[in-house]
Amino acid sequence: MAVCVAVIAKENYPLYIRSVPTESELQFHYMVHTSLDVVDEKVSAMGKALVDQRELYLGLLYPTEDYKMFRKLHNSYTDVMCNPFYTPGDRIQSRAFDSMVTSMMVQVC
Amino acid sequence: METAAGGGCGSGPPLLLSEGEQQCYSELFARCAGAAGGGPGLGPPEAARAAPGAATAAAGPVADLFRASQLPAETLHQITELCGAKRVGYFGPTQFYVALKLIAAAQSGLPVRIESIKCELPLPRFVMSKTDAEIRFGNPPELHGTKVQIPYLITEKNTFKRMDDEDKQQETQSPTMSPLASPPSSPPHYQRVPLSHGYSKLRSSAEQMHPAPYEARQPLVQPEGPSSGGPGAKPPRHQASLIRSFSVERELQDNSSNYPDEPWRITEEQREYYVNQFRSLQPDPSSFISGSVAKNFFTKSKLSIPELSYIWELSDADCDGALTLPEFCAAFHLIVARKNGYPLPEGLPPTLQPEYLQAAFPKPKWECALFDSYSESMPANQQPRDLNRMEKLSIKDMADFPVPTQDVTCDDKQALKSAPDEALPKDVSEDSATPKDSNSLKARPRSRSYSSTSIEEAMKRGEDPPTPPPRPQKTHSRASSLDLNKVFQPSVPASKSGLLPPPPALPPRPCPAQAEPASEADLHPQLSRAPSQAAESSPTKKDIPYSQPPSKPIRRKFRPENQAPENQEPSTTVGGPASVVSVKPHPTVQKQSSKQKKAIQTAIRKNKEANAVLARLNSELQQQLKEVHQERIALENQLEQLRPVTVL
Repeated sequence: MAVCVAVIAKENYPLYIRSVPTESELQFHYMVHTSLDVVDEKVSAMGKALVDQRELYLGLLYPTEDYKMFRKLHNSYTDVMCNPFYTPGDRIQSRAFDSMVTSMMVQVC
Repeated sequence: METAAGGGCGSGPPLLLSEGEQQCYSELFARCAGAAGGGPGLGPPEAARAAPGAATAAAGPVADLFRASQLPAETLHQITELCGAKRVGYFGPTQFYVALKLIAAAQSGLPVRIESIKCELPLPRFVMSKTDAEIRFGNPPELHGTKVQIPYLITEKNTFKRMDDEDKQQETQSPTMSPLASPPSSPPHYQRVPLSHGYSKLRSSAEQMHPAPYEARQPLVQPEGPSSGGPGAKPPRHQASLIRSFSVERELQDNSSNYPDEPWRITEEQREYYVNQFRSLQPDPSSFISGSVAKNFFTKSKLSIPELSYIWELSDADCDGALTLPEFCAAFHLIVARKNGYPLPEGLPPTLQPEYLQAAFPKPKWECALFDSYSESMPANQQPRDLNRMEKLSIKDMADFPVPTQDVTCDDKQALKSAPDEALPKDVSEDSATPKDSNSLKARPRSRSYSSTSIEEAMKRGEDPPTPPPRPQKTHSRASSLDLNKVFQPSVPASKSGLLPPPPALPPRPCPAQAEPASEADLHPQLSRAPSQAAESSPTKKDIPYSQPPSKPIRRKFRPENQAPENQEPSTTVGGPASVVSVKPHPTVQKQSSKQKKAIQTAIRKNKEANAVLARLNSELQQQLKEVHQERIALENQLEQLRPVTVL
């Protein structure tokens, strides 16, 4: 269902980015960057006290119903984080994460 | 395939080998050479065959292999000499092949002569003793369909015993091994995967595994006892290491051939090893190993971080950032397999699932059983113990991860002994005793494998608790708690003289004071006070434990002063000599070299203390003297005031 999945680090660089290999992949990357601005906007507006697990989802940048997708992503992300061999800031190379993302994206094709 | 293509060949270089022999020997050579250089041994047998000339087999693996042939050491000696390895100093392909042929000849009962190898010979048999292997894998036919005799490894638990034992054992076992029944040494070998240091060898063997015909080829290179160019300690190590590497290969082959997921099946031995490692990291087998601890541990395996990360992903089933024992075993096993050249699976194999592992290997019983078996398998004699140690050592190596290529010395052994071991007290101790041996053993043939040796050494060095600082001599360390008698006895002879003189010296002082009747009374209390004050003020050790006794001698010192005119002095002097007398036997008793020193030091200390006390007393007495003088002056003034009255 997703054409592009990206995990952005705190420092605004992508830890993981993957798109359905069609054209306009670059557009996807641009969109990701744009969305970062939206994210920043939302985060700064919310204030720290409101930040909790669900709020991190930021209520979607635009309405979709893919909460499950995000949850799956987030779960996989936490699994990656749990790996002691993973140092925060590295690109995410977890095969499990990849497979999960693939499963999310394959549905489109 | 015992074709006699090689019949009628001459000795030395123009050695003609049958096809089967060619394959077998090249593979063996590749293995031995792989242990040395890592080059030719990695390729498939064909490749190895293609480039045999470029390699030389390391003495260690070759020695191990020869010992695996179950020939007596003498025979192996002869073979080594005949094949020319001794002459040229190394086992080149020619020498190696000749040696193998000679081994085959010897095993066939032919005399060890160059002429023997000219005729048709069965392939040499190499035995790796491991009854488990035989038990577990009894399907040799499928592995050796085309070969009549294939060097095979029979693994016994005693494989790692020293050469002599091995030879004997292998001799006894060899009858059980039929040419066709080259049972893969599988589990024991596989178990030895972690034990063996030659991961690179395993890799090569793993690659060689793929060609099916050679599955059974895992000659155990057992070092010839005294010969084979290595120091006596080396060959067994080589042997063990080689055995392990070979066994690993074999096991892997067998595993893969017999069971679809065999490479991922943890054998008993491996399991025990893993559990030991777990316990070294986490004493409670039912608890977790935290992620950071596991990370540090697995990082020692020298696998790349992404690979380790992936292994973690696979093994941490519940993704909690910690490893339970089954998870840990699975992770360990994956690492071992990876080091042996197995590609990491896409998913956790069923045999590595935590549930499976927990069911297959109930922890407590198994641990106890394994430990018991290990302890039982620890034979009394050095060699078996060494072998077991080598196994354990390999375990330790695994723990250290670096392939043990270090040349361990006895010191290291000791250090390793002192290093934190698992809960196996005696096993560990034995392991620690041999780890170095096995390490060095394995190091020799596996020189190529792991630079981790240095890490291992560093680890071991790091593990070695720093040698405790030399204990301070008892004399000094316990000075404060010395018994008074001891304090005084050693000091008495030395300081007694010091004590005695002061008393005699002091009395003269008070004598003039005592001569003054007016001041005598004052002096007495003052003097009596002084000693007490001195006793109280002197921070001597004597005073601390013995508030009274120390003051006594001091008072004794001063009693003569103020009691000189009185008859107490004689009593004190009597007391003095009495004390001296009482002390005398002690000094005589203590007059031993160490005690003398102690006595002297104590005496010195005491003297210093006495000096301090005396100095203080002196100052106080001086003060008192001044006061007394002033009183005298006052009294004299009064007297003069009274006299003029009468005079006038």
